[in-house]
Amino acid sequence: MDTRSVKTASPRDLSRDELAASLEWYGKMVLARRFEDEAEREFRRGKIGGYLHVYSGQEAVAAGFLSAIRPDDIFFTAYRDHAHAIFRGAAPGAVMAELFGKATGLAKGKGGSMHLFDVAHGFYGGYGIVGGHIPLATGAAYALRYQKTERICLCFLGDGAMNSGSFHEPANLAGLWGKQGLCPIVYIVENNQYAMGTPVERSSAVTNLAGRFSTYAIDNERADGMDFIEVRRLAERVVRRVRETGGSYAVELLTYRFAGHGAADLFQPYRTKEEIAQARSRDPITILEDRLRAAGALTDEQVKRVHADAERAVTEAVRFAEESPPPAPEELYKDVYGARDEDEKTGTRDRGNTGTR
Amino acid sequence: MAELTYRDALRSALIEEMDHDRRVVLIGEDIGVYQGTFRVTADLLKRYGPGRVIDTPISELGFVGAAIGMAMLGLRPVVEVMTWNFSLLAMDQIVNNAAKLRYFSGGQVNVPMVIRGPNGAGVQLSAQHSQSLEATYAHFPGLYVVAPATPAEAKGLLRTAIRSDDPVIFLENAALYGMKGEVPDSDFALPFGKAAVARSGRDVTVVAYSRMVFAALTAAEQLAAEGIEAEVINMRCLRPLDAATIVESVSRTHRAVVVQEQWKPFGAAAEIAMRIYEDAFDQLDAPVERVTGADVPMPYARTLEVRAVPHEADIVAAVKKTLGKD
Ligand SMILES: Cc1ncc(C[n+]2csc(CCOP(=O)(O)OP(=O)(O)O)c2C)c(N)n1
Ligand SMILES: [Mg+2]
Repeated sequence: MDTRSVKTASPRDLSRDELAASLEWYGKMVLARRFEDEAEREFRRGKIGGYLHVYSGQEAVAAGFLSAIRPDDIFFTAYRDHAHAIFRGAAPGAVMAELFGKATGLAKGKGGSMHLFDVAHGFYGGYGIVGGHIPLATGAAYALRYQKTERICLCFLGDGAMNSGSFHEPANLAGLWGKQGLCPIVYIVENNQYAMGTPVERSSAVTNLAGRFSTYAIDNERADGMDFIEVRRLAERVVRRVRETGGSYAVELLTYRFAGHGAADLFQPYRTKEEIAQARSRDPITILEDRLRAAGALTDEQVKRVHADAERAVTEAVRFAEESPPPAPEELYKDVYGARDEDEKTGTRDRGNTGTR
Repeated sequence: MAELTYRDALRSALIEEMDHDRRVVLIGEDIGVYQGTFRVTADLLKRYGPGRVIDTPISELGFVGAAIGMAMLGLRPVVEVMTWNFSLLAMDQIVNNAAKLRYFSGGQVNVPMVIRGPNGAGVQLSAQHSQSLEATYAHFPGLYVVAPATPAEAKGLLRTAIRSDDPVIFLENAALYGMKGEVPDSDFALPFGKAAVARSGRDVTVVAYSRMVFAALTAAEQLAAEGIEAEVINMRCLRPLDAATIVESVSRTHRAVVVQEQWKPFGAAAEIAMRIYEDAFDQLDAPVERVTGADVPMPYARTLEVRAVPHEADIVAAVKKTLGKD
């Protein structure tokens, strides 16, 4: 698979609007990367538990798309979700607090790294069962049209998720509904080459993942996912089309995850150091930085400031997470049902035997 | 006898069965090149080749169903689910096909397969990755449901499972993989439906399985310090359920506490308690107590999670309740 074919556009071709957006999102990408590095460190320090899947290397994908949608648009993704939340405007402190399992976290500390939610910003979650969110996103897109809005839905998914029934069934629905203008969704396949230890060649009989959407009459394309500016251009075009037609669309973006699958994936026996080094030589942050520099829009001074800002924001996020209280004990029983408080009053619900704590 | 980890005990059962029976194949996600998420299948790809150690995409419904088909044609697939949570995607295949094929074909086909992987809570894996699904599967006639606690049980029961002519739900536990214990080395197998008395005692019977056996044993230690002798029964198997061993014990102790990690409503403890009522009601001096997980999806925050899973202290408290000492 050729993921390394860089199409270097000339710096002059950046519009003023693009320049402004690129500068802003350069800062956000640096912040997200710094956040992920810190999350890994905090995991090793034992401040974060469970699974931790970082997004480093893939930033241009989510950044490109989330920079191209409107504030009232919505999106779904899997468990590799920290950057998505931050890009969309969640406070880094609230994300870090969730990873720390604190009451001030995005989901009150109840969901953790895999289940970030920020519905106020259109972020409908963070899912841990591979493929499990794809049907939800498809139905959500239908609902947006049903409610006669112009809003659209983005569904980020991994290359591995495309082999699950949870992908194929809703994809067929989106094909059917999309033809009727009832399913304004963009499926964004983040092809980072691997599903845990299994490369795409060993998991998908057809390795052109975008093409697989054709089976369901969903128009699609495949592109490099490392260049923010190019991803954003593509995203703007695709989002406009989906918004106008109410039809579904799919994009496969070729990218790479620089870190292990999760914090526990230390040895990575399925890939070589050389391969990782080669992939890192096309770092989406450096690519954007180079383009902005070439356009004369970014100075050393500014780069330094962006990094210092990110450093400060992440330090502050950690401090906030550290100092935040854990969820109150009674939170354990809240949010199971909407009518929960009634159950409490009538005593109709047996909590299980935890009376001793 | 050899000292093995629970993980290596499982692995040695796989190796011995694969060595002597070419019908045995392994299938699952990242079991070959990646060596298995919990390394139960480490090096087996090299040993047996890709025809017998089959790496699959993330397609639980597909590969569990395909394994059922293999089994119908006489292979003996051992399917690894990365965790039992993911088996839910294959539940239709397990419940509607594997469990019932022998019956609705009037005995023309059978499904000699094992589905194995870790069940239950880990540490801070939150709501979608912490489920205990034993009662869910034990509900269905046609399935065996096995939950070994020790390395010896892991090996002996896995061997029986692979040799079984019907589908086996084989529930491991991530916290136990590294645990060491003595494992007999000869052709060693343990029968299904036979519980073990893990500790003898006269005052109360504590029934548990899988990881909770160890919580029960620790609780029994603490109780012993207070002069209360708890008998701990390790079920090993939920289907078939060895009610006889429990009833025999309760006939001596006249009190029972049943421990499970899963949610209280409609759980394994409810079934076990009811079997005690059915078969030993006259023997009871106190109502059967249940120690269970909290009736909520698993929270992520460690502070909440520790409140959601049962601990030794809960077992101690429940035992005291049956003795009127609470
Ligand atoms: C149904 C299901 N099966 C298995 C897993 C275990 N698992 C978690 S992530 C993962 C790989 C997913 O790969 P991909 O979709 O490419 O996403 P990426 O991790 O590369 O972002 C697997 C197998 C799971 N969470 N859900
Ligand atoms: Mg992937």
